[in-house]
Parts: sequence; structure tokens; C-alpha cells
Amino acid sequence: MATDTLAAAAREAIASACARVEDPQETDAVDGVPPGLVARPSDTEQVAEVMRACAAHGLTVVPRGRGTKLSWGTAPTSADVLLDLSALDRVLDHAAGDLIVATEAGALLADVQRTVAEGGQRLALDETVPGSTVGGVLGANTSGPRRTATGTARDLLIGITMVRADGVVAKAGGRVVKNVAGYDLGKLMIGSGGTLAVVTDATFRLHPLPAAHRWVVAPVGTPARALEVAQSVVHSQLVPAAIEVDWTGGAGSLSVLVEGRADSVAARAEVVRGLLGPDATESDSEPAGGATYPWDVSATGDDRSTALKLTCVLSGVGDVLAAADATGAVVRGSAGSGVLYAALPPGTPLDDVRTALDRLRRACTGHGGTAVVVDAPAAVKAAVDVWGPIPALDLMRRVKDQFDPDHRLSPGRFVGGI
Amino acid sequence: MADPGGTPATDSPARIAAVADVARRLLPGDAVITDRTRLRTYECDGLAHYRVTPALVVIPQDAAQLAGLVRACAEQRVPFVARGSGTGLSGGALPHAEGVLIVTSQMRAIRDVRREDQRAVVEPGVINLDVTRAATPLGYYYAPDPSSQQICSIGGNVAENSGGAHCLKYGFTTNHVLGADFVTPDGDTVALGGAAPDSPGYDLLGAVVGSEGTLGIVTSTTVRLVRLPEEVRTILVGFGSTDQAGAATSAIIAAGIVPAAIEMMDALAIEAAEAAVHCNYPDGAGAVLVIELDGAAVEVEQEYAEVRRLCDDHGAFEQRLATDPAERALIWKGRKSAFAAVGRISPDYIVQDGVIPRTALPEVLTAIAELSGSSGVRVANVFHAGDGNLHPLVLFDDEVEGAGEAAERVSGAILDLCIEHGGSITGEHGVGMDKSKYMPRMYTDEDLDTMQLVRCAFDPQNISNPGKVFPTPRLCGEVPGRHKGAHPLQDAGLAEVF
Repeated sequence: MATDTLAAAAREAIASACARVEDPQETDAVDGVPPGLVARPSDTEQVAEVMRACAAHGLTVVPRGRGTKLSWGTAPTSADVLLDLSALDRVLDHAAGDLIVATEAGALLADVQRTVAEGGQRLALDETVPGSTVGGVLGANTSGPRRTATGTARDLLIGITMVRADGVVAKAGGRVVKNVAGYDLGKLMIGSGGTLAVVTDATFRLHPLPAAHRWVVAPVGTPARALEVAQSVVHSQLVPAAIEVDWTGGAGSLSVLVEGRADSVAARAEVVRGLLGPDATESDSEPAGGATYPWDVSATGDDRSTALKLTCVLSGVGDVLAAADATGAVVRGSAGSGVLYAALPPGTPLDDVRTALDRLRRACTGHGGTAVVVDAPAAVKAAVDVWGPIPALDLMRRVKDQFDPDHRLSPGRFVGGI
Repeated sequence: MADPGGTPATDSPARIAAVADVARRLLPGDAVITDRTRLRTYECDGLAHYRVTPALVVIPQDAAQLAGLVRACAEQRVPFVARGSGTGLSGGALPHAEGVLIVTSQMRAIRDVRREDQRAVVEPGVINLDVTRAATPLGYYYAPDPSSQQICSIGGNVAENSGGAHCLKYGFTTNHVLGADFVTPDGDTVALGGAAPDSPGYDLLGAVVGSEGTLGIVTSTTVRLVRLPEEVRTILVGFGSTDQAGAATSAIIAAGIVPAAIEMMDALAIEAAEAAVHCNYPDGAGAVLVIELDGAAVEVEQEYAEVRRLCDDHGAFEQRLATDPAERALIWKGRKSAFAAVGRISPDYIVQDGVIPRTALPEVLTAIAELSGSSGVRVANVFHAGDGNLHPLVLFDDEVEGAGEAAERVSGAILDLCIEHGGSITGEHGVGMDKSKYMPRMYTDEDLDTMQLVRCAFDPQNISNPGKVFPTPRLCGEVPGRHKGAHPLQDAGLAEVF
């Protein structure tokens, strides 16, 4: 349905489902696609009512947290209703003794962290994009340096409430870490880009905040050297919390995070220094850039970098770095996990982007991984294969067809045009 | 006989015969079993009181054969059940009387072990412990360690999302499986996930792991290998009561320590283990904790000192540190043999598997004791105290009239306690055949309906291990040629099945 013809009846139905309905502002556009209206429900039941109204009127829906990653993926083919979840912002329950937290999806990750930190704990998800909500982190499956030790959202999410495209509210998992009753729907929602259902709350397992931490940083002159040093740390028994690599303009650095009890951290950092070489330095503060991506996440339109996520097996990190170096990309990522992020600057000619992506995709697939365009100017997204080959795409389409048979949830934003 | 999967077929023998013909073309003769006596050796898995003789057993040697067999089942609309080593404790691999049992135990190659990538590629019939044995010379191991790890297979682990004593710190099978070759219930082979992390698209592998064979069959799995820790300390701690042991556990967690394992056994479980394996646990203990710390040596050293102090603070009367691998093995032997050991103190028993938030432990143990007292049914408690996963062993004598039923009632009431406290009806043994009837107590109709959307996407004909996990199948919309038989909303109660 064209947004400018959003029927009065449909508007009215949504307005009666949800107290706050607004006309869209320019900043509400979803990767250039202006929504018909913005609905701002305040709890799961209102989300369900909005979804039922949208189902009844055949409206497309794009869920949004704070919109920090709204231009990621491919642009939607339609966005009749922008479902703004920022009012579902309560941290519901921090059960410190059980090492869990339950939170609404629109809560800021930073607020969750503040709450659980009071009990000496943390949700082991890095804030890679400042201002992210929990739901946004789940939908985009973002992760940062600490994934090397504690994994990603799929390793931490233990329970979820979702509202389906037809407005049905369903839960999966629960409040206990160990639970194999029924299908793990939470994992399906993670990284699904809001195309399967609208997540309204989530429960996570927590980790204790470490008493002490230390970063050890050293320059690395070549991609091969970066791999060699990373492997020496990976195969050590020091239990590093993160092994990060930064690479720009033909040179880079490797950063290793050690966490734990104070004396132990000091002793292990000392051993890491030995592995990283004579130029290694130690610090309590995170290296510049920290957990963030090597591109400006606040840029919009054509001012955006071409932002790439590159994955490979651990032994492929050197080759992928070398390929990225040859394209002139700026790289930051987890050498300890095989997940690197690369940015080609705004204004890079399309042909150069195509060549770079081909080269990077070859390097990644040669080492068991993938190269995905996370975000880019519209012209770039139109000119390249954003996702690359997706092996089980047919099965993914069947899952989509079951959850959202009319393809009204974030249509076109995901792999294969899902 | 009511059909648990809603796909009864009056022409079933002809359809099975058609699948058997395909099987004989694909497989060597001795890998296709139709002889009634031999079929009966597959009639149950580790939950032996449910028995169904399958119509046909096939033992594929490779992925292509397995895919061909599944395709034949799909074409004939014949239900199939995958089985690894058959050690499951929820009847997940219970055969279907009018279906095919596909046994993966001969697909047992460890195809690749790559230290540099911290990965191994293994076939589904590979024994869990053999992955660790293959990786240990390289300084690595496979972390998920169910108690049956010497005999259970990776394929079964993937189906059940198996845990183990060490999942408090290291997670479950789902956290260690990165990729899989997977045969859909149509017989198509697709790659899910990969050797590298974060494959783009939906995390279908995340849905498949733990789906108890209801979405298809894995023919190869890429697993994460974990670096062997520099230091391991295993401590056996004796307490006067489970309350003290529980309080010590809470204190350890509150101190910011995540041990590799914290296991608890109560007096009755200790008595059984002593009788069976002479593990020499502390005399007169009302409860013991087995605590294992691992990691970098300097870190473990500090954690160990704190754990000792916290146990002392909470009334520990004896703390014994294993000083060599033999002592460590003996401590674990008592714990890992506990299920079988209760056979020494009771002719029959039910192994229950439920989960509670760890902080509810004292309350729930008290309630279990009251249940036991009021019913006269003895309950031995063994559990993963760190993550609240209870394994009450409900003891009875089947020779005594009504004793089995009384034990079942206590066992079911324990699950109700778990649900009341916000927990789960299964932490690691799975729903399978045994607990599908409890699913509606934990989830709403809408929750179960939503889970079954996934089932319908993968298996619209409802032929992949039908009748397991869900109490009632969901209609998946019009499927060409679908049988119209028993009402799909019929309750597949166990009494009807057997």
C-alpha cells in the first residue's frame, strides 16, 4: 500500500490500538523509505493490537528501537507503519542471585548494563552502536570484542516474548539458563532484522563483572604477523576476553583484553606482553575505537561508508586482512573470533566498491566465511549483491512464509528479498 | 492404535515396503532390517519403559544414503525417526510403529580436527568423548559432556541440545555447534551455519539444535573446540545439609565466581553412590558439593582460596582437593554414576529432569522432601546446583501394587514445582515422548502454535519424528496428498499409544 494513501480507516484502527500515533518526520525514513505513520505502543498488548490492526488492513510494518541501525540491510519495499518500540523501555527484573535480567525490547542496552552493574554483573554484549536498544541488538545481532570469551546474543538470550505478524503474542524459553523444552525461537529472532516477529521483551543470562581488566596492545606490521600473534594468544591458556585487530593504511595493531581477579590479571597480562613482542604496552583503558565499528554510524544517505562484515575461520584472519588492506579499507574486529568489520569511505566509486567486495568475498569464502554489506549508500546497495550467497535460502523463505505469510514485516530488508 | 503423529495410513505396509525397496538399492543387505526379532532390539532408547517396534530399521553409511532414505520416506509419506546411540532419556528416539528408524551409528568418521581454527568436523554417529580424544593431543577438547559421554553420539547431542556437568560455564551443545550438513524431511541436503561465525540469514541451526529430530537429520557437524585449561581443581565438600550446600553455592556465585561445575548430591544419593562405586565421600554428609574450577592457573588459584573460605563460612565439615587425576576421577565417578547407582538401593526408579531458578533451591528441596514424606515415596536428589537443574531420582518397587503410579505422581508433582517457580520441565533430557503432555503447563497454546510454525516450515507432512515434543500436531495448511486420518487435535496420550 502506498504510504500517501494510508486509508483513514487503517489510521483510525491503529490510533485506537495504541495511544500514540504520529505523522512521520523526515528522520523516520527507513533507509530512504518514508513510513505512512509512526505508532508508538507502550506495552506488549498494545504492540499486539497494532499488529492486529495492521493485519486487518494489510499494512506493512517496520519495527524500530532507537533507529541506530535502521538503514542496515536492504531498504524495505514498503513501510506503512513504523512501529516505534522506544516506549517499551523498562528493565523488568534483575535477579542477581540467578544471574539473569529480563528487559523490554526498547530498553537501552546502556540502561540494562547500569542496572545489572549495581549487582556486580553485566550483560556480555558490547555496545557497538551507541544508543542501541536491546531489541535492536537482537534484530541486528551485533557483537563486539568480548564475543571471543562470552559469545554473542545467541549464547546469552534465554527467553523471549514476541508479537507475530497476525498479532498473536507468544513466548519461548523462560527465566532459567538451562532449558530444552520446545524450539529455541529466540535464536531464530536474533539477526532476523525484524522480518519474522516483533520482539517485545527478552531475558538474558548474565556474567559477573570482572574485578580487574587490562589491555595489552602492540603494533603489527603485516597481516601475516597479525595472524601469527593472534594465534599465539588463541592457543595460550591465558583465557583472553578479547583479541582485537585494527588495520588501516598498511599497518595495524593487535589488542588483547585480560579480565579476572586483580593479581591474576596482572600476571596474565605480563605473559600476553611476552607474546605480543617488545613494543607491547599495557593499559586499563580500551584502545581507541573500543567496541565500535570502523565507520561513522551517524552518517546518513550518501555520506555513509560502505560498511562490511567479514567472517572467516581463525586461520583465515591474515588473508582477509591482506585482502582488506589491498582494497584500502579500514578494518577493526575480533581476530580471536574470525569476525572483522571493514569500511570503504563515502564517495568510493561504484566500480571500486564492486572490485573490493569481490576480492573480500573471495578471501572470506576461501576461509569458510562470508562478506556482507552491513550498510552503504543506496547506489552501492543497488549495484552489489549485499548479502552474498545464502545456502539454505529456500528453507529460510519457508520459515518466513509460516511466520509472516503476507510478507508484511520489514519486507525486503533481509536476505533473498525476504 | 492411535497414531501420535496424526499421519495414520491404512496402506502403511505397502508404503513401508516401498521404502524398504529403496533402502535395499541404496544400502548393503545387512543395513536394512525387517526381521521382527532384530527390529525389536531397537524398540526403545534410554527410557526403556516406552517400547515400540519399528516397521523398518535402516543403517546408512553416509550422508547420500541417509538423504535417499529420507526422500523415500517423504515420497511415501512414511514417518521416520533418527537414532544415534539410543541413550536419550525422554524417549526422543522411540520408534514409530508404522515408520522407519534411521540409525546413524555407522556414520562415525571424525573428518577433520583443526587446531588453528578451533574446529572439528564430525559425523553424527561419532561418540561424544571421541571428539575430545581426537582433540586432546592438540591441547583442545569438546566441552559439552553429558554423563553418558562415553556412549552417546554427537547426532543425538545435537538433537537433544545435550548439556552436562560443565555447561554452567561452557554452555550446551547449541553453543558449540557452528555448522551442519542437514537433511530436510523432504530429503534435500542443505548447509546450515558454517565453520565461521554469524552466517547471514536466519539462524536455522539454532532452531534445529535441540529440536529432538523433529525438523530433519544432521549428517555432519562442525563443532567448536575449546582450549584445555592450564589448571583444573576439583573439590569435594561435605555439608550437614542441602540447605548449607545450597547457601554455599549461592555465596560462590555471588562472589563473581563461575566454576566449571557445581554439583550437589543429598544423603540418599550419596548412600547409593557409595554402595555402587565406593567413591569414599565424607562420612555422615547430608549433602556434598563437587566443585570444579578451571582456567588460567593464577586465576584458579585465587578462586580456589575464595571457594574454600566460602564453603567454610557455610558449614562445610570436610573439604577434599583432588591432588591427582585418579582422585579427580573418583570424585566424579560418584557423581556421574549416581543415576545407575540408585539401582543399589531401589529396584526401580524414575530419573526426573527439571530446572528452577537457582535461588529457589532451598524452597523447592523442602517441597520435594514434603512430597516424599506425605507420599512415602523416597526421592534421592542429584543436581547441577550451579544452574538449578534438578535430577531427582524417584525410587519405587514395581512389584508393589500402585508403587509405580505413586512414583509417577511424585515425579510429575516435582515438575509442577519447577513450573511454579518459573523453571522448566527439562534442562537437558528433552521433551521427547515422555514430557509432551507437560508442555501445555509450561507454554500457552499460542506459544506452542508459534513453535510449530517452524515445524511446518521444515516438515509440512509431519513425518520427521512425529508425536514427539508437542502434545498435538499443528495443521500446516494444505499439503498435496496429505492423509486425512485421525483428528489432528486428538490428544496423543501415552495410554493410547501403547
